[in-house]
Amino acid sequence: MSQIPYDRVKLARDSKRPTGQDYIKNIFKNFIEFHGDRRYADDKAIMGGIAWLDGSPVTVIAIEKGHTSNERVERNFGAPHPEGYRKALRLMKQAEKFGRPIICFIDTSGAYCGIGAEERGQGQAIAENLMEMSTLCVPVLSILIGEGGSGGALALAVADRVWMLKNAVYSVISPEGCASILWKDSSKADVAAESLKLTAEDAKSLGVVDRILAEDDIGKKEYFERIHSLLIDEVNSLSKDPELLQKRYDRFRRIGMVKVEQII
Amino acid sequence: MPLLNFLKPENLLEEGGRSAAPIQSDAGEPEKNCPNCHKDIPLSRLWANQLVCPCGYHFRMKARHRISTVTDKNSYCELFSNIKSCNPLDFPGYEDKLDTVKTASEEEEAVICGTAMIGKQKCCIFVMESYFMMGSMGSAVGEKITSLFEYAIKHRLPVIGFTVSGGARMQEGLLSLMQMAKTSAAVKRHSDVGLLYVAVLTDPTTGGVTASFAMEADIILAEPGATVGFAGKRVIEQTTRQTLPKEFQSAEFVLEHGFIDKIVVRKEQKKFLAELLKMHNGGQKL
Repeated sequence: MSQIPYDRVKLARDSKRPTGQDYIKNIFKNFIEFHGDRRYADDKAIMGGIAWLDGSPVTVIAIEKGHTSNERVERNFGAPHPEGYRKALRLMKQAEKFGRPIICFIDTSGAYCGIGAEERGQGQAIAENLMEMSTLCVPVLSILIGEGGSGGALALAVADRVWMLKNAVYSVISPEGCASILWKDSSKADVAAESLKLTAEDAKSLGVVDRILAEDDIGKKEYFERIHSLLIDEVNSLSKDPELLQKRYDRFRRIGMVKVEQII
Repeated sequence: MPLLNFLKPENLLEEGGRSAAPIQSDAGEPEKNCPNCHKDIPLSRLWANQLVCPCGYHFRMKARHRISTVTDKNSYCELFSNIKSCNPLDFPGYEDKLDTVKTASEEEEAVICGTAMIGKQKCCIFVMESYFMMGSMGSAVGEKITSLFEYAIKHRLPVIGFTVSGGARMQEGLLSLMQMAKTSAAVKRHSDVGLLYVAVLTDPTTGGVTASFAMEADIILAEPGATVGFAGKRVIEQTTRQTLPKEFQSAEFVLEHGFIDKIVVRKEQKKFLAELLKMHNGGQKL
């Protein structure tokens, strides 16, 4: 089956795909959800709490889109407000305090673009997460399970390992947004999707993603079991790494392509 | 990558670019219409007043012009000017666009950076360039800013940064997005060793730059009337189907909501920055 990148965008947005909550339920044991950012509110677009991963406590954070239209409205279609990012950071700091690894599931079209979100500092909330996550002293592993929409996704993806599902997408801007800005025509989203290099294979070749997860059996028991055992192995090996923070810094430090001219 | 730098002979005041493009009036002297008070202001008068209208409106200023107004004479020494954008994703039309803006802006990249003295105190400085793809952040901008913070850590210097940006540069896709994480990690390291970082947000500071190094400074200043926000106004209006008030996302609005420390008018910025550097022992922990 041949697919153009825009088909991947549509697949990534499919409401039938497992959402953050499905991963939590099927991979971890005894998830206890914690609420609120202790500053303003509890953002339902981001879920977070603690759970068991193979006998060890971990902190789990997931952007939740919901499946049905009611759920989607309740979850604001997985578009977090600043308080969602602040809740996530609060739980990550808590994880650091108690030495728990952090696992994030990312699925968002982007941070919410609204009046309240701006008034309460959407940019500042994302910026603070990027800064603080870069030095968290515990292993951080992020998995892009659907849409990876720009800064709103990156705010949970400054991690030691970033994995991505085969049909997830990760992009600086939505293909529709890109087409409407560059060519004043959002119907050219398919061209934009191709140009933005937003597929899992592209993200891996750009060094942004470390591993692509197959999803032929997505949603099945074996599918979640496979991710479960991959997570156990990775978390175990990251937990033993004495150079975790330096490697995390270097991981992002080397991303980018520039021309360096010699000065005579 | 070798850390190469060279000494610029002098900060020459240069042309103000499009914002200062002369409009010939009947009387013969070039004038510019102010979008705030709608009066035609003689260009010579604007230049003498650092491109600020008598009504207080701050016109956009080119990066090198700004450096000449905030740093001590002949003190600016440019760093990392050899780092330039390429077209890593073969994005259609990007190379032509880069060539066009290089000619129009007379700059090679959307940020210039280096070391300088402000009130006889040494610091690192970066200034973004609105005339270069509206200061959008691609790999080169991220690399230059990260390198500057690393240089500042190595030489124990404070960083002063003037931001202006439409956000991440979409022509470099995910690589642009990752510059937000890369620059933030460098800012954090600079902060963790006890060094001062002051950001001055100028019109407009939005998107991925707001959501990274613009909002991560110890002290955040802004110019009057500057647009400061994350999402674009048009996108918010489309999403919420509401008309936004005029002052939404202005520097005054973000000050009121607690996200910046102070609004400082252009002609007082140099003195103000010098005082801040002094009060922080030249930018270091006492």
